[in-house]
Amino acid sequence: MSERPTSERPQPLIVGAGPAGVRAAQALVAAGLRPLVVDEAPACGGQIYRQRLVPDGRSNKALYGSEAAKAEALHRDFAALTGRIDYWPQALLWNLRDGRADVMVDGQSRQVAYDGLVLATGAIDRTLPIPGWTLPGVFTLGGAQIALKSQGCAIGNKVVFLGSGPLLYLVAWQYLKAGVAVAAVLDGAPFKAKLNLLRGLPLAPAIVLRGLRMTAELKLAGVALHYGVSHARILGAERVEGLAWGEAGRERRLACDGLGYGLALRPETQLADLAGCRFRFDARDRAFLPERDNAGRSTVQGVYLAGDGAGIAGADAAERAGERAALALLEDRGLPHDAARARVLEADLARIGRFRDVLEAAFPFPAQWMKDVADETLLCRCEEVSAGEVRRAIAGFGVHELNRLKAVSRIGMGRCQGRVCGAASAELLAHEAGRGIAAVGRLRSQAPVKPIPLALALDAHREAAE
Amino acid sequence: MPLLHRIVRKDHQAVAFTLDGKPCAGREGDTLLTAILAQAEALRLSEFSGEPRAGFCQMGACQDCWVALESGERLRACSTALVAGMRIVTSRRRAA
Repeated sequence: MSERPTSERPQPLIVGAGPAGVRAAQALVAAGLRPLVVDEAPACGGQIYRQRLVPDGRSNKALYGSEAAKAEALHRDFAALTGRIDYWPQALLWNLRDGRADVMVDGQSRQVAYDGLVLATGAIDRTLPIPGWTLPGVFTLGGAQIALKSQGCAIGNKVVFLGSGPLLYLVAWQYLKAGVAVAAVLDGAPFKAKLNLLRGLPLAPAIVLRGLRMTAELKLAGVALHYGVSHARILGAERVEGLAWGEAGRERRLACDGLGYGLALRPETQLADLAGCRFRFDARDRAFLPERDNAGRSTVQGVYLAGDGAGIAGADAAERAGERAALALLEDRGLPHDAARARVLEADLARIGRFRDVLEAAFPFPAQWMKDVADETLLCRCEEVSAGEVRRAIAGFGVHELNRLKAVSRIGMGRCQGRVCGAASAELLAHEAGRGIAAVGRLRSQAPVKPIPLALALDAHREAAE
Repeated sequence: MPLLHRIVRKDHQAVAFTLDGKPCAGREGDTLLTAILAQAEALRLSEFSGEPRAGFCQMGACQDCWVALESGERLRACSTALVAGMRIVTSRRRAA
């Protein structure tokens, strides 16, 4: 950490050191700026290119597979910025107010003034509540992948993967390759949805072919692949013991001791909200996303959005969007920037965006699962609010807006602040109130965006008052 | 039976800690979540129902994996590195 003389114009602030944040930092440094990069992880890479805490004997090829070269390049290029950026790892940016950021770093509160803010906050797994989903041994697909890649652990000896999205098959395949018994992959979408991938061949042939190869290898290894799965119930008393589900009109069961579950990803948009960015409803993602132009400019001057945190598009898009947003920041500051490069990046992003449409059609979100969720199933994991309690709150109070539902039911009020239950709550409210998903609104974000010690918030308050 | 099964780092240096007073050993490079779930079935009990929980997202977002030290300090298990001598309470009794 280094201190700047106060007379200087404040430095740009980049939140997140994943693919988008790293490429943004690199582009700013190339233009002679010295950004501050704040990241929650101990090392760069984000979730997709997350680094191990210590070497564990595995190669990068074993860890990152076909993406090993990209992971290595990202880590190497970020390391090369040492001395030309300020970098706070293991630091949580928990509030944005009045052009300043509150950051928790080394257990202390620090206030940061910034001139230009690039939000590259990433994503988490999107989920819907299903019976038993709080049982020990049930992890998100991302969580199951982190256990394996980052910690070298399997989430069970006989594992089932359930949900939708490309990650479903990728994680199952990674477990298979690591020598773990994968009992089955259960896909919420019908098999015919996968035929959409043929449309993706001209847009991203390598990705489509890799996906087909992984699926074929799972099949050849004897992993049962089930499509059109519904009414999934996770079985077990103190931990996961199995799974029951409906398929082609009858109930099926399978024993397992670990379960990975996810329905694609959802962006971490809390900081964009605190920064005052305007949001718009995105029909494809069934979610409100912060508005941005093709360059990554938000509706707030000097605030830029890049990577999955602004809308899910994957790591390759994130690298490009991070660099593009940095070029926009340079342009807006009146600094020299490479306009030709910006056009190339935007063309790449448009192509990846078209492929994203294909993926959404091939791995559709099973919103209909939410209509059938049993009353006793927990919707909010933090505050343990059941679907039935939420239904009663909607009916009893005549609720038709999500923040009102929060006030009367406590959904979204727990430690995760609706990261986990937000999408499900919106789906349930839309269904019960007979409104479109866009009409029920979105949960407003509140600081701190993640739990911090109370003493630290008081310190920050005092500092702000001085 | 523990929830997590080690594939690598089995022979890394042991890191001693206690889990609800019982001496345990993790491995160098463990998060708290890994160190605990490599020998236990849960990280905590829900404050509301008392049901066991063992984390969910493992990336610091879902807040399902908070554990306490005997000193009272609270830590998010998935994003905290195991340090020798930690005295962790997963609270086999229901939290107040």
